[in-house]
Amino acid sequence: MKEVYFKIKRCLQRGRDSYWEEFVIPYRSEMTVVTALREIQKNPVNARGQKTTPVVWECSCLEEVCGACSMIINGRARQACSAFVARLEQPILLEPLSKFPLVRDLKVDRLEMSQNLRRVKSWIPVDGTHDVGPGPHQSVRHQQRVYQLSRCTHCGCCLEACPQVNPHNDFVGAYVISQVRWLNRLPSGALNAEDRVDALMASGGLSECSQAQNCVKVCPKGLPLAESIIEMQKSATLRLFKRSLGIS
Amino acid sequence: MLRPRAIVVGGGISGLMASLRIAELGGHVTLLSTLSLHRSGSVTLQEGINAAMDTKKEGDSPERHFQETIRGGDFLAHQPPVKRMCEAAPGLIHMLDRIGVPFHRTEEGWVDFRRLDGSLYHRAAFAGTTTGQHTHHALAGQIRHHESKGGVTLYEGWEFLSAVLDDQLMCRGVVAMNRASMEIRAFKADAVIFCTGGLGMIYGGSTPAILSTGSAAGVLYQQGVYYANGEFIQIHPSTFTGPDKSFLISEAVVSEGGRYYVLRDKEPWYFLEEWYPPYGNLVPRDIATRAILKVVENFHLGIEGEKEVCLDVSHRDPDSLYSRLGGIVETYRKFAGQDPCRGPMRVRPNVHYSMGGLWVDSCRQMTNIPGLFAAGECDYQYHGANCLGGNALLSSLYGGRVAGESAFCYIKGLEKGTDSVDEGYFTREIKKQTEDNQKILQKQGSVNPHRLHQQLGTLMRENVMTIRHNKVLAETDEKLQEMMEQWENNLTMTDVTHWANDELIFARHLRSMLHLARVITLGAFRRNESRGAHYKPECPDRDDNYWLKMTKAKYTEKGPEFSYEEVDTSLMRPCVRDYTTSGVLV
Ligand SMILES: Cc1cc2nc3c(=O)[nH]c(=O)nc-3n(C[C@H](O)[C@H](O)[C@H](O)COP(=O)(O)OP(=O)(O)OC[C@H]3O[C@@H](n4cnc5c(N)ncnc54)[C@H](O)[C@@H]3O)c2cc1C
Repeated sequence: MKEVYFKIKRCLQRGRDSYWEEFVIPYRSEMTVVTALREIQKNPVNARGQKTTPVVWECSCLEEVCGACSMIINGRARQACSAFVARLEQPILLEPLSKFPLVRDLKVDRLEMSQNLRRVKSWIPVDGTHDVGPGPHQSVRHQQRVYQLSRCTHCGCCLEACPQVNPHNDFVGAYVISQVRWLNRLPSGALNAEDRVDALMASGGLSECSQAQNCVKVCPKGLPLAESIIEMQKSATLRLFKRSLGIS
Repeated sequence: MLRPRAIVVGGGISGLMASLRIAELGGHVTLLSTLSLHRSGSVTLQEGINAAMDTKKEGDSPERHFQETIRGGDFLAHQPPVKRMCEAAPGLIHMLDRIGVPFHRTEEGWVDFRRLDGSLYHRAAFAGTTTGQHTHHALAGQIRHHESKGGVTLYEGWEFLSAVLDDQLMCRGVVAMNRASMEIRAFKADAVIFCTGGLGMIYGGSTPAILSTGSAAGVLYQQGVYYANGEFIQIHPSTFTGPDKSFLISEAVVSEGGRYYVLRDKEPWYFLEEWYPPYGNLVPRDIATRAILKVVENFHLGIEGEKEVCLDVSHRDPDSLYSRLGGIVETYRKFAGQDPCRGPMRVRPNVHYSMGGLWVDSCRQMTNIPGLFAAGECDYQYHGANCLGGNALLSSLYGGRVAGESAFCYIKGLEKGTDSVDEGYFTREIKKQTEDNQKILQKQGSVNPHRLHQQLGTLMRENVMTIRHNKVLAETDEKLQEMMEQWENNLTMTDVTHWANDELIFARHLRSMLHLARVITLGAFRRNESRGAHYKPECPDRDDNYWLKMTKAKYTEKGPEFSYEEVDTSLMRPCVRDYTTSGVLV
């Protein structure tokens, strides 16, 4: 392979019309979508040989832990830094995530993701950061399970893939539910587990999930998102039951 | 009295810790970060955080931790703050444990520790090899909590442009730009803490995140903050080159049994184990890196003639590797296309960390500009001439905490708060930055900023890395000045729009990088000795008579002006730094 063909969906500014622009980039072995976008930065010329503006996208760590470079690549939401060009069908189509307000080209505004975490009280209330001694004991097995759950990178792919994330409802999304499951499983987080479950039972929470299970398919970290949703639904049911008996 | 108001710039581990401390004390924090918090460099941190808890009864103590840190840094760090940091470390682990960092556990259920470079003790607490991600997420949760209580206001997506200084040269706030709308506005506060991370991008594709350009530090340097020990850049012995960056293979691999070797007469030669018996593969990074260079350059034993050696853990049980090194195993599989559980990894040294940074005083983390503090990788305080694994995260947490507390006290002691400062300082700085942007956008020369950056990276990698020669350093400085000239007079902006113009922001970063590159290069040129990460074959020994001092660079129009500061060695007398024996630590 000598060259790689890209079709990139562009939009210079929120509110303006989008259009497709094509690029031909010299192939380098092991090249990723990020490599190509950086080539365009160095030489912003499109496939027709016309000068253009460099494509705007977001990236940071380039090793799939910061979650910044999510975009839709050949129809699928994923991280650009680990999208190897040699394994992609051409022309490679790049589009911005569609469930978030567009900023420019492939860059979107995902700030609402932090707000969603705030809605469910995604933290462990502590008396302070001063030293009051060690945290609770945990078994190796327990730690391993919790560790798996806490590897979310806030990339937004699960929101993009979810049919329930749409302008007609305010579903917080699978990553938030998974985050609650993680916190509630921690011995120090378990003390306030019910507050978080209550928050998930409010509008935009658990009841919005339609069990499409698309989230699991796209999660770059392979988090057990569907399982987390089921577990949190069980917690919610238990909570309802307890409430009906007046014991909480 | 009004609530003390501070600004923290940077949402990595140090910035979160500083913000948390101020909010906890009852102050209000405006936290600015150029990307969303979760995209900070800190999330890539791998192997762990040091704290001498001695849970394995090896005789470790904060005192030992202090001694190993000072020796690891080749005696170039002021000793009292390092000592305080080592003493605070166990308490910080407890805090992280309580706020939800899923540290690995021992069978009894306590936090487990691993051994890292430059240490004889199991001292690093870890969460797989993604310790940074977990620490960052747990701290971000705490910030959200304070945000919900009104103690923190987050501005994500705001790029710091410059500090606002009044005529007394006191810091009164910052001017920042929204990365989408490009709105430029002033943020007022009585103290500002900079936690803007490292500068690996000056060397092009290194291990740190793409944001680690040192842009904010470079701006502050140009505004009069001293930059200290710039020449001390850590070259990590084990990285592999991926398509877009260099990936770290941290010492976590060695602590799980990984061994460096090359083939000599078709037999594996474990050169580090032979040369440094007590530490073996866990010698400090500067020493491991030079040993690798010796093996590949002098003995020509690199793999297939490349400057690479093998790092092998494949003899260990894959299940345990996956549970303890999961992140690294996954990254190597994905980006190098090989499985470390099945064969040796191919690694080579590359730029990783900056020991140098903004000069701060040793008690308060305050720079030479009153009201302007710094912490985390962007300060210079805790590592001297070489940083030990697991100490960078510790210094980010500890430095952030100290900066938060002392900024709070500083504000309380201020006679005249920022509210009574003339509005003109803010409007003038906004105007200045707006004009600066306009000037950059008008540049229609012939050099693309990203290409110029590529040249900068190549130049620095070739000439200002592990082995340094005065003649080459002098030539490099001349080239850097030519590049600055190119930036000024021959840059071309291909994007002249006023919405989410990343190229403009990058051009600004590049200017900072060029300034700091000169500080690094000239600092190295002047230091005629070898110490820690700074090595000159022309003067291969450490020279305590003349060079036991910190470099301080001050910006002038003509270039950096250097002065030197004595090192506070009041707690431990400098001795020979020798890792071939376990050494008697006094
Ligand atoms: C791959 C890797 C592995 C590592 N592993 C370890 C380890 O195991 N143990 C250890 O102790 N250390 C390790 N380190 C070092 C350690 O990660 C860093 O030193 C530490 O995380 C730095 O934290 P920080 O808060 O200072 O900066 P960062 O986390 O880099 O944060 C900088 C922040 O500043 C913001 N910022 C930067 N410029 C601007 C600007 N102009 N305007 C507004 N905001 C800005 C960024 O958005 C970011 O939020 C590792 C480093 C790397 C690269």
